[in-house]
Amino acid sequence: MDIGNLLARDRVGKTFLTLLALFAVVVSTLNLLVPEASALHVSTFTVTVAGKYLCYALLALAVDLVWGYCGILSLGHGAFFALGGYAMGMYMMRQIGERGVYGNALLPDFMVFLNWKELPWYWLGFDHFWFASMMVLLVPGLLACVFGWLAFRSRVTGVYLSIITQALTYAFMLAFFRNEMGFGGNNGLTDFKDILGFNLQKDGTRVAIFLLSALFLGLGYVTSRFVVESKMGRVVTAVRDAESRTRFIGYKVEHFKLWIFVFSAILAGIAGALYVPQVGIINPSEFSPLNSLELVIWVAVGGRGTLYGAVLGAILVNYAKTVFTGILPEVWLFALGGLFVAVTLFMPDGLVGVARRLRLGGVR
Amino acid sequence: MSKRNNNPMLPCWEKPLLLLASGLWVLALLLAGLAPARADALADALNPLPTVAMADMEQAIGKLAQVQDPRVGGVLKALLEARLFYVKESKRVVFADPKDDGFKLTDALTGEALGEVGRFDVKKIPITNALRTVLNSAIAKLELTAPDAKQRLKAVESIIQNPNPEALALLTKQVGQEPDNTVREAIQVALALSDLSGSDKTLRVQAIHALEGNLNQEVRNRLTALQEKTETGDFIEPDSDIRNLAAVALKKIQLKLEMNHLGEMLFFGLSLGAVLVLAAIGLAITFGVMGVINMAHGELMMIGAYTTYVVQLLMPNAIDYSLFVAIPAAFVITGLVGIGIERGIIRFLYGRPLETLLATFGLSLVLQQLVRSIFSPLNRSVSTPSWMSGSLEINSALSLTLNRFYIILFSLLVFWGLLMILKKTRLGLEVRAVAQNRAMAKAMGIRTDWVDAMTFGLGSGIAGVAGVALSQLTNVGPNLGQAYIVDSFMVVVFGGVGNLWGTLVGGLTLGVADKILEPYVGTVLAKILMLIFIILFIQKRPRGLFPQKGRAAEG
Repeated sequence: MDIGNLLARDRVGKTFLTLLALFAVVVSTLNLLVPEASALHVSTFTVTVAGKYLCYALLALAVDLVWGYCGILSLGHGAFFALGGYAMGMYMMRQIGERGVYGNALLPDFMVFLNWKELPWYWLGFDHFWFASMMVLLVPGLLACVFGWLAFRSRVTGVYLSIITQALTYAFMLAFFRNEMGFGGNNGLTDFKDILGFNLQKDGTRVAIFLLSALFLGLGYVTSRFVVESKMGRVVTAVRDAESRTRFIGYKVEHFKLWIFVFSAILAGIAGALYVPQVGIINPSEFSPLNSLELVIWVAVGGRGTLYGAVLGAILVNYAKTVFTGILPEVWLFALGGLFVAVTLFMPDGLVGVARRLRLGGVR
Repeated sequence: MSKRNNNPMLPCWEKPLLLLASGLWVLALLLAGLAPARADALADALNPLPTVAMADMEQAIGKLAQVQDPRVGGVLKALLEARLFYVKESKRVVFADPKDDGFKLTDALTGEALGEVGRFDVKKIPITNALRTVLNSAIAKLELTAPDAKQRLKAVESIIQNPNPEALALLTKQVGQEPDNTVREAIQVALALSDLSGSDKTLRVQAIHALEGNLNQEVRNRLTALQEKTETGDFIEPDSDIRNLAAVALKKIQLKLEMNHLGEMLFFGLSLGAVLVLAAIGLAITFGVMGVINMAHGELMMIGAYTTYVVQLLMPNAIDYSLFVAIPAAFVITGLVGIGIERGIIRFLYGRPLETLLATFGLSLVLQQLVRSIFSPLNRSVSTPSWMSGSLEINSALSLTLNRFYIILFSLLVFWGLLMILKKTRLGLEVRAVAQNRAMAKAMGIRTDWVDAMTFGLGSGIAGVAGVALSQLTNVGPNLGQAYIVDSFMVVVFGGVGNLWGTLVGGLTLGVADKILEPYVGTVLAKILMLIFIILFIQKRPRGLFPQKGRAAEG
């Protein structure tokens, strides 16, 4: 099945990709080419925020793959996201070199502060971008593989699995809060200077990362679409709808689940890696169970099992969050909580479902 | 009393009582009359001290020690510590405490503060080393014969700390007559320690045997001292037999200490486990019966804790009884909230457990923010009733705090209560029926709707009660529930939802394991290890310790 064929059948997807490309081009042009005095100029801050949303959208895509298509409600996808982020953060930490507060070329500041003498072994290699990028894919992927293998093999399903994934990210949060872990403890990794030699404070770098986020979101979407439309994706959907029946027909349910889980974790890791250079910090709070739950609600709001719904939900909810926390911070939790309840009660298929119903109603 | 005496309805048995009372009254009057005389006796003994010759001092002290007066001990001690002075002009005997180049005086007889005087206005009543010996034994005798056992124990303990031969001689005499067991044991320790520092080998060996397994700090210090070396590398204690024996005794003591320490950890673990059981048990029944994970469970506990806070605000003068009001109040309030949640939200989501999870999670956010808006985001302090504070001392190395003790009891009580409800009541029967086979139960005429609401209410009510218990252990704040929610899920996953025993065993096991791991690897790592353990455990038993029995392909 070639890509053209694939997209020909995915009308909404095509629209989404076009919009994404348009958005990316327009925003970067308005930032770089339009003078700052002009009313049309888009500030670098806005570009960064937009880039952040795109990373969230990619993350939501990852969650939608496992939840929407395989019925695995993972409450621990924040962990994969944060691990990808940490891998990228470690690379940028090494790039600081002598420019840290302590001016120590060998050790990051927080290690000097902890009086460590040498770099721990798991930091070796992070001086190189290629190694860090590999880790962005490998670490979340491996974790998902081991964890998923353990969980699916023993047929942990449904709420049990959700709780266990939540415990997973909770454990990571506790672990990364420890200074002895060597990941900066409470403060995490921050104060990044540059990436691949480009200054992170420069508009050009920012826009480039924003464009990369858009690119990866687009690629992520196409790959995910390809995966769910493939034969394997069909089996995964079958597992969602009738796990036992699929097993009885003769499919190794565990393998399919594991495959989609690992793929989703890698997508989440990439999202994290793109996210960190834009926000400039990664700390253990990214592992908090609340974060992972929040991203599930993005998918629920958009509509799960559609891929573009997840993207839509992530962007809308995060936009709402930015607006609300700006004007009425205390209302945000009410709104978020209410959203959880309202979406599950009244819009089980999310906004996409609502739109579909409206259209069908219109035709009739 | 006299007024009631005129009452013709007075029952006959009150008459002897009245007689007794009046007799006591007369006695009291007599004693009151005697009191000045006693004071005079002390004054008689005390006042000559400034003028008495050094040679007659011993006699004077002897006379002083004979006086039956509670103040004598203080005077003798002051004399021993060189705090007993007299004012040069008036020859008045005073306690003097150095204060900026002068002395602060207190009357030795009346305890009246006499202000400060210069260094040269007063003079110390001098004593010699011989007199110190006399004083030591007089003081020890006085304290060791005190009527209060606690006071005697304190005296013996102070002798163990600073032994002097006179006091030890007294102890030897006292040991046979001592009525109180604790005091007698302490005396034996003191005697054994003195034997140990003697030179008679048989006595020393006996002493070491007597001291085996004693947890007194001083005993440990002395036995350790026997093992020490001088700077040149020789042992301070030349006798190797004694040294070895002491080492063995020390080892035994250390073993006993470790056992005690283990006991303490076990206790802490059990109390943590009890809290976990309280927190998880409500979750377990709603999950077991309805297949619903209630993410707002932690917030229901928080509401329970805040109920305690409000109850204490409402009855500030009766904090001791507040818990007895707070427990039923919290049960009712959170139970009603729970029924509200079930009727308002969960009812519409049956058969979609993952959505229920999300909806209740949203609810938990709303409840948290609500509490933040009403009570402020700061922690509120809930006071502990007096009968729950303090601790239970098992021995000198092991003391158990009462509040944790009560929480263990309370959680067992709640557990038992819930077990009884499920076993003995009609509701319990219906709940079990619905848990086993919903469709069949419905076909038999059980109103499953109603059972669901009641189950949820019951589970929520227990969460509220757990919140009351938690308010006695930790700070009451909007995040109270979150801190326990992951742990209590772990208990449910570990214990399984088949029956309540799983929750009890699971909770207590996790609590104890957590506290045992903690000293070795730290709090955080202990928690991580527990989580990893549970993830591995469900490999072996995916449905927990006590799985629900069934024949479906999907459990």
